[in-house]
Amino acid sequence: MAWTGKILRVDLTAGTCTSEPLNMQWAADYLGQRGLATKYLMSEIDPKVDPLSPENKMIMATGPLTGTSASTGGRYSVITKGELTGAIACSNSGGFFGNEMKNAGWDMIIFEGKSDKLVYLLIQDDKAELIDAAQYKGASCWDTEEGIKAKHGDAFIRVASIGGAGENGVKYACIINDMDRAAGRSGVGTVMGSKNLKAVAIRGTLGVKVKDRERFATAVAAGKQVLADNPVTGTGLPTYGTQVLMNVINESGALPTRNHKDIQFEDAHDISGEAMHEPRKSDGKPNLVSNAACFACTIACQRVSTIDRTHYTVKDRPEYHKASGGLEYEAAWSLGAACGVNDLDALTFANFLCNEHGIDPITFGATLAAAMELYEMGVINDENTGGVKLNFGSAEALTTMVEQTCKSQGFGVELGLGSKRLCEKYGKPELSMGVKGQEFPAYDGRGIQGIGLAYATSNRGACHLRGYTIASEILGIPVKTDPLETDGKAGLVKAFQDATAAFDSAGICIFSSFAWTLDDVAPQIDAACEGDWSADRLLELGERIWNMERQFNLAAGFTGADDNLPARLLKDAAKTGPAKGKVSGLETMLPEYYQLRGWSADGVPTPETLTKFGL
Amino acid sequence: MQKSLHISADDCTGCYQCVLACSDEHGYDFNPMKSVIQVFKFEDEGRYVPYTCTQCDEAWCQKACPTDAISVDANGAKVVSEALCVGCKVCTIACPFGTINYNADSGKVIKCDLCGGDPACVKACPTSAITFVNSDTAQFDKMRAWAGKTDAGTQQSN
Amino acid sequence: MKQADYVIIGAGPAAVAAAETLRRSDRDGTIAIISRENISPYSRMALPYFLTGQISQKGTYLRKSSEHYKQHNITLYHATVTHVDPQKKHLHLASGGRVSYGKLLIATGASPIKPPLPGLDLPGVHHCWTLDDAKAIAARAGDGANIVLMGAGFIGCIILEALMSRGAKLTVIEAEDRMVPRMMDDVAGNMLKSWCEHKGMTILTSTRVASVADAGGKLEVTLDSGDSDVVDLVVVATGVKANIDFASDMGLEIEEGIKVDHHMQTSLTDIYAAGDCAQGRDFFTGLWSVHAIQPTATEHGHIAALNMAGRKAAYKGSLNMNVLDTAGLISSSFGQWQGVEGGESAQSIDAERYRYTNLAFEGDRLIGALTIGRTDNIGILRGLIQSRTKLGVWKERLMKSPNRIAESYIANTQM
Repeated sequence: MAWTGKILRVDLTAGTCTSEPLNMQWAADYLGQRGLATKYLMSEIDPKVDPLSPENKMIMATGPLTGTSASTGGRYSVITKGELTGAIACSNSGGFFGNEMKNAGWDMIIFEGKSDKLVYLLIQDDKAELIDAAQYKGASCWDTEEGIKAKHGDAFIRVASIGGAGENGVKYACIINDMDRAAGRSGVGTVMGSKNLKAVAIRGTLGVKVKDRERFATAVAAGKQVLADNPVTGTGLPTYGTQVLMNVINESGALPTRNHKDIQFEDAHDISGEAMHEPRKSDGKPNLVSNAACFACTIACQRVSTIDRTHYTVKDRPEYHKASGGLEYEAAWSLGAACGVNDLDALTFANFLCNEHGIDPITFGATLAAAMELYEMGVINDENTGGVKLNFGSAEALTTMVEQTCKSQGFGVELGLGSKRLCEKYGKPELSMGVKGQEFPAYDGRGIQGIGLAYATSNRGACHLRGYTIASEILGIPVKTDPLETDGKAGLVKAFQDATAAFDSAGICIFSSFAWTLDDVAPQIDAACEGDWSADRLLELGERIWNMERQFNLAAGFTGADDNLPARLLKDAAKTGPAKGKVSGLETMLPEYYQLRGWSADGVPTPETLTKFGL
Repeated sequence: MQKSLHISADDCTGCYQCVLACSDEHGYDFNPMKSVIQVFKFEDEGRYVPYTCTQCDEAWCQKACPTDAISVDANGAKVVSEALCVGCKVCTIACPFGTINYNADSGKVIKCDLCGGDPACVKACPTSAITFVNSDTAQFDKMRAWAGKTDAGTQQSN
Repeated sequence: MKQADYVIIGAGPAAVAAAETLRRSDRDGTIAIISRENISPYSRMALPYFLTGQISQKGTYLRKSSEHYKQHNITLYHATVTHVDPQKKHLHLASGGRVSYGKLLIATGASPIKPPLPGLDLPGVHHCWTLDDAKAIAARAGDGANIVLMGAGFIGCIILEALMSRGAKLTVIEAEDRMVPRMMDDVAGNMLKSWCEHKGMTILTSTRVASVADAGGKLEVTLDSGDSDVVDLVVVATGVKANIDFASDMGLEIEEGIKVDHHMQTSLTDIYAAGDCAQGRDFFTGLWSVHAIQPTATEHGHIAALNMAGRKAAYKGSLNMNVLDTAGLISSSFGQWQGVEGGESAQSIDAERYRYTNLAFEGDRLIGALTIGRTDNIGILRGLIQSRTKLGVWKERLMKSPNRIAESYIANTQM
């Protein structure tokens, strides 16, 4: 079977690592990764706990397809109570770390307590030990990963680590694995830092089994074919990555610009996937070096790029003359359009630094955008910023501030709070563009109505990856819906949210859902896992997970009132583009959504709903 | 007709599908550490290079084997006999490509056997970076050129 | 008098490789192998696995088919050569007979040395060198047996596990200050020692055996410290020397072995030498050196045979290298791991997990390496060293991360 059936429990307070059996009933009800780990977290912590206290726990979890040949089957997630939001956090990452955890024989690792000194966890199959990490204190994720591999003389060790940002309490620190893959959002790296856990290093050699090898091979081959034949996963993503969206979303009038003051960015092309292919003036080479795949992924959407060596950011810093991961669309947007910056090399540099030091570029860029608006309003000034002119469009402001934030220096310390806390500090909470403390990603809820509802109701705060209605509203997958229309969006959002929860619990990448439905996923899970798995069962399981996450947030103190959008999206009409004159129709969509969910008018699951899902 | 794997690193995305297919085909489940094709990733250059035995003519592994455990099959593959290999590992230091490796679980060495003429890695590769071609058209030029440099001099001179 | 166009004295890997190459190069010439042991040519490398019972006697044979030599028209003689007459081109046998040769290859290998100590001729004191030795050890090394192993060199280490696996209690006595001193540096030698101690062995370095005495069927071993213990078996693995006594008065140039040029020819016409008894050119230094390892033996045999058959072939010199499995801990050494003057080295040491990599460079070329605890792609170390690959930017990367061996090779040759 595709589960290893084992959990590693790491008590950082006591310094112990123990193995325990996986609760197989829960595995049957919650599958793995996001769903299963959330079930464990809910049963083990009080949702009201301070995210940075030793009482919070952090779980690294794989899904049953993680480590198998199922396309995109290399994912793992970090589940905890998020520091940025105070809500349930689940950040999903690719690369090769998840596979390694599974190959070492672990479905998940539960971290609890807090170490009295900085440590890292080293796992070699069934052996796990906590090792002093003093030598990596303050080190970047890149140096930590290379250092641990060199220390143990093993190039095959996979490392997930936090940088100085996570140690220093930047509220949106992420966990970086394989140099440039991130469990990025909600401050899961901040929680890791609060536990004095610098890194998790794994070498696994045990292999991953499936229930029915031959049937699995057939199902996997069929799945790979579907991905290859689909124009998005077969051509668009490999060629342009997620950056294929920059011009598309801009033309749709839904590219949030200058802290959502505008909805189209005049220089979108300069920072687009197409631009990454265009030769630079300096050396005639494009920004993009190649595309790359995460473990087992036959899509290969990842961008690998370089910075122009003559660019001001790196001309005296040869350590950045190498290729590295990015730009992906969300980061290109947050560092670019959100701040009005059109300098592709500056964005690439800022993105490299986010990966190197482990901060979420979406929240960073959005927070800088909010700070730029505060600066242009005169709420903050050169005294606050240390003389840096935080004007929209300033590449220098971006690259200076990303470095200060990564290193917790100067005004970067305040940017490290995230936009909600920053804007509250300066008395302008309405300028924080997010939900439940987490900043929006790269789509505006006025130009694409469904995504506005998805943001408002997302269990981890504003997020596109909890219900990617863009697929339907912009790309026509599985059916085209009108992005400016609110009708039918409640059902659309719910369907995406439930299916996504199932994808996120299986060990595969949500990008596979551009081509795959649960009908494509179910045969792979059914051949891999004990029991009978159908698309219907997965959809039901997804809805169960969604309701469970909701229960966590309600218990943590959130209410239906938090299912909201900033006034700017509800009151300030879009100035240009197809959505010109429109605001978000959240108030018409939300009641219908609650009803479809089986929740009360206040957004609380009814007893019938809870009973239906065994919660 | 002798056939060989033809590897085009330019087309590789580093996805490990070949690696997984290899370990699965040889009965090791999905286990990159037991695959005899590896993918080396060069993060700084954005390059991914699949790497396995070229079934070289020099056959260092075969010549170094003290127990006659390595033979050549109909496809030209140098194949390890599990029954005859004692696990002495001399071949693993003799092969200058490092493409024959010790497997501690079985106590034997493992290497690419071309899957008996139907390589699983080729079928699994989503970008055709690995193909199975007639040897006379195979492009192992770089590896072969290097093999010549490594040669201990057991080739005839003049 | 018997005669053959090609006569080979010895029946190890060098001899068999030579005979086979001769047959490929000369379809009709007569080929004779003269072996001291009355058994199909076998491999000493396989003896430890015979000792554990993992393989049968046949599993040690260099060629498995009983018809192999006959099929290739190679004649095997069981005889001991006592003397060679290079003028008359014939050999004298202990049996009194003679064999005349056209070309002669001396591939007699090496034999273990017995240090000049009292008691080493007693029953229960054995080398582990021949199949008969292995059988004798197996008979005494049963469950609970008390064994002293003299010498923690390559041979000693390789039989540790075999002895342990038979349930014996093992004490290892090594005169030098670390295990495998000729193949390992301090760090590595001590790592091996710690590993063996964790496996329950007693390892006494910088210690010598003073004497062995009969103790009523058992053996009393006394150390130079004065301590003594009564044991069931003493295995002597304190080194080997080339089997060249019979050739001492032939007029051959001999140091530690029979000196050969890059055609594997000795100082005498029509006489060649190969393998552990030959002192051939070292790949690096160009100086004469005995590299008693399997790959060198087969290369020597191959080159010698080509030249014997009239096909000029030159040897680039042998690279000293070894791989050793010490009770499950695998180590390897290549080339000039000690480093050279003006060179640089890079280490990665993880003593707690028994992992070690030590790379030695001269300029931006790798010239030697030691590893412990790694088996992945280690052959690349040979490749990098022997091809004299210029590492370029990878030199600095390896200095920082010595574990990136495979990447450094692939980046320099495949990209």
